[in-house]
Amino acid sequence: MIVYGFLNSVILALMALGFSITFGISRVANFAHGGFYILGGILTWFFLMKVGLPYPIAAFLAVIIVGIIGGLMFRVVLIRLRGLELSEVIATFAVGIVILELLRSMGFMGYEYRLPVFIDGSVDIFGTYVGLQRLIIVGVGFILLVAMHLFVHHTKTGRAFRGVAQEDRTALTVGINPDKISLLSLFAGSAICSLSAIVILPLGTISIDDGYDVLIKSLAVCIIGGLESSVGVIVAAFVIGYAEVFTAMYISSSLTMVVTLATMLIILLVKPSGLFGKSKEIEERV
Amino acid sequence: MTTALRKERIDRCIKAVTDDIFCISSLREISYLVLPRVIPIIGLVLIAFLVPLYWKKVLVITFMMSIMALSWDFLASCGLVSLGHSLFFALGAYSSGAFNHYLGLPVYLSIPFGTLSGAMISTICLYPALRLRGIYFSMVTLIIPLMLLRVVEVTKIMGGTEGMTALSPLPSLPYSIMISMIALWAAFFGLRRFINSDYGLIFNALKDNDRAVEASGLSIVWFKIQAVFIGSGIAAFCGAFMTHYYMSVGMSAFALDLSIFPIAASVVGGVGTLAGPLLGAVILGPLSETLRAFGTFRIVIYAALLGTFVAVLPEGIFHYLSRKYHQIERWVEVAGGVSEN
Repeated sequence: MIVYGFLNSVILALMALGFSITFGISRVANFAHGGFYILGGILTWFFLMKVGLPYPIAAFLAVIIVGIIGGLMFRVVLIRLRGLELSEVIATFAVGIVILELLRSMGFMGYEYRLPVFIDGSVDIFGTYVGLQRLIIVGVGFILLVAMHLFVHHTKTGRAFRGVAQEDRTALTVGINPDKISLLSLFAGSAICSLSAIVILPLGTISIDDGYDVLIKSLAVCIIGGLESSVGVIVAAFVIGYAEVFTAMYISSSLTMVVTLATMLIILLVKPSGLFGKSKEIEERV
Repeated sequence: MTTALRKERIDRCIKAVTDDIFCISSLREISYLVLPRVIPIIGLVLIAFLVPLYWKKVLVITFMMSIMALSWDFLASCGLVSLGHSLFFALGAYSSGAFNHYLGLPVYLSIPFGTLSGAMISTICLYPALRLRGIYFSMVTLIIPLMLLRVVEVTKIMGGTEGMTALSPLPSLPYSIMISMIALWAAFFGLRRFINSDYGLIFNALKDNDRAVEASGLSIVWFKIQAVFIGSGIAAFCGAFMTHYYMSVGMSAFALDLSIFPIAASVVGGVGTLAGPLLGAVILGPLSETLRAFGTFRIVIYAALLGTFVAVLPEGIFHYLSRKYHQIERWVEVAGGVSEN
C-alpha cells in the first residue's frame, strides 16, 4: 500500500507540475490545464494510430504542439489581459472548455481511445506487483524534476524565469523581456502537461471528463502546497496521494474525490497560504 | 509624416443638462432619462405575453438565467469571482426538492425554504475559502461543485444519479412568467439599491481595497459571508424555482453550463453594472436555445464567445452602448504631436 500511495502521489505531482510552473513564473493561472492534458493524449493517439508514427516521435510532436498552443494562447489572448488576473482566469477557463467540449463533440470517447503502455510487464517491489508503466511514470517525474531544477538554476533562460517570477519590473530593467518569458513559461507548462498526459494516460482510457478531474486535482494540489513552490507541490501531492490510497483501502474507493476536497478545505481553514506559501503570498491571498 | 490623432470623448449637452443642473424642463430631457429605463421593462412584459408558447418557456429559463447572472455580477463586484455558480443553483434546487419530496411541503413553502437553506449551505461550503481572495477564491469555487457532484453520485443521497422526480409543479405558465419576471426585477433593482447604499459601499470596497475595510474596523470575512449569503441566496432561488418548473432535480443541476452562463452573460454584457449582465443574459438565453440542436457543441460556442469578449471587448456591450448614448466621439489633432510612422 505504501508503494501504491507513492505511485499515486507521483502521478498527482506530475499532473500539477505544469500548472505550478506556469503560475509560479508568469502568474497566469492556466485553467486550460485539463484541456491541454487531454489534448496531449488525443494528439499522441492520433499520431500513433492514425498517422502511424513511432511512439517517441508521436509523443514528441504532441508535446511540441500542445506547447505551441499554450504559447499561442498567451500571445493571442492573454497578452491583452496582463495584470487583470480574473480576466486571465476567465479567458484560460474558456479556452480549456473550448478544447474539451470540442473534442467531446468530435466524438473522442470510448474504449478504443487508449494509448498503449510503453513496456508491458510488472515487477515485484516489497511484495507488491507494480506495472512497469507506473515505474516509468516515477522515472519521468524524477527526471523532469531534476531537469527543471538544473534548467532553472544553471541556464540563462532559466535564470530569467526566476527573475521574472520574483519581480518582473526589475527583470525588465536588467534586460529580460517579461512577456517573452511568460510566453516561454506557458509553452513549458503546457508541454509538461502534455508530457505527463502521455506518460499517465496509458494506465486507462482517454476520457474527456478526465480533463476536468485533472484540472481539479492539480488545483487542489497546488492550493494545498502553496501555489508557486515546487517543493509544496510535491509534498501536497504526497499528502493527497496517500490520503486517497488510505481511503480507498479502508473506507471506500468511491470516496477518494471527497477526501481530496475535505483535505483541501481543512488545510485552507488552518493555513490559508497553503503548506509552503511564503509570507508575501499570504498577504496577497488573505 | 502625418499628424497624430487622438480620440476625444465629450458628454452630450443633454447629458450635462440632465446630470448636473437637474432641471428637467422639456419632454426631450425627461425622455432622455426615462426611456432607457422604462423601455426594457415594458418591452420584456410585452414580449413575455406576446410570443408563442414555446418561446414563453424559453423566456422563463432566460429570466432565471438573468437572475443567476445578476447574482454572479453582485459577487464579482464584491471581489468574489465565482467559477462554480452551479453550486448555489444546485444547492437551492436540491434543498427545495428535498423539502418537497421528503417533507411534502407545498411549492409556496418549499421554494422559500429551499432558497434559504441553499444559501446557508453554500455559505458554509464556501466559508473556508473566504479568507482567500482573487483567483485563489475562484479556484476553490471551481472545485467545490465538481466535487459535490461526486459526493451525490457516490453516496446516493438525494436520489443519487437519478435525482428526485415527480415534484409538485408550479401553477400555470403565465404564473411562472409573472413570478420569474417579478423576481428578476426585484433582484435587479434590489441589488442596485443595495450596492448604492452606504452599507453596500462596504461590499464594493471589499473588491477595491479590502485593507481599507479592515482598517475601518470592519471584519472582511464577516462582510464576505454576507455577500456570499445574498449572492448564493439569489442563485439558490433560481435553483428552487427551476426544480419545480421542471418538476425534477438531478445531477444536471451541477452542470458546467450553469457555471459558464452567468460568467458569459456578465462578460458579454459588462461586468459590474448589473444592467450589463441582464442585457447579456437576455441576448445569450434565446441564443443558447436556438443552438440547442448542436448539443454539447453549444458550450463550445459559449466559451468561445466568452474568450473573444474578454480579449476583444472587455468592457462589455452595456458599457459600449451607454458610452455611445451619453457621449460623442471625434478625432482631434494632438497639439504638436507627430505620429511615429
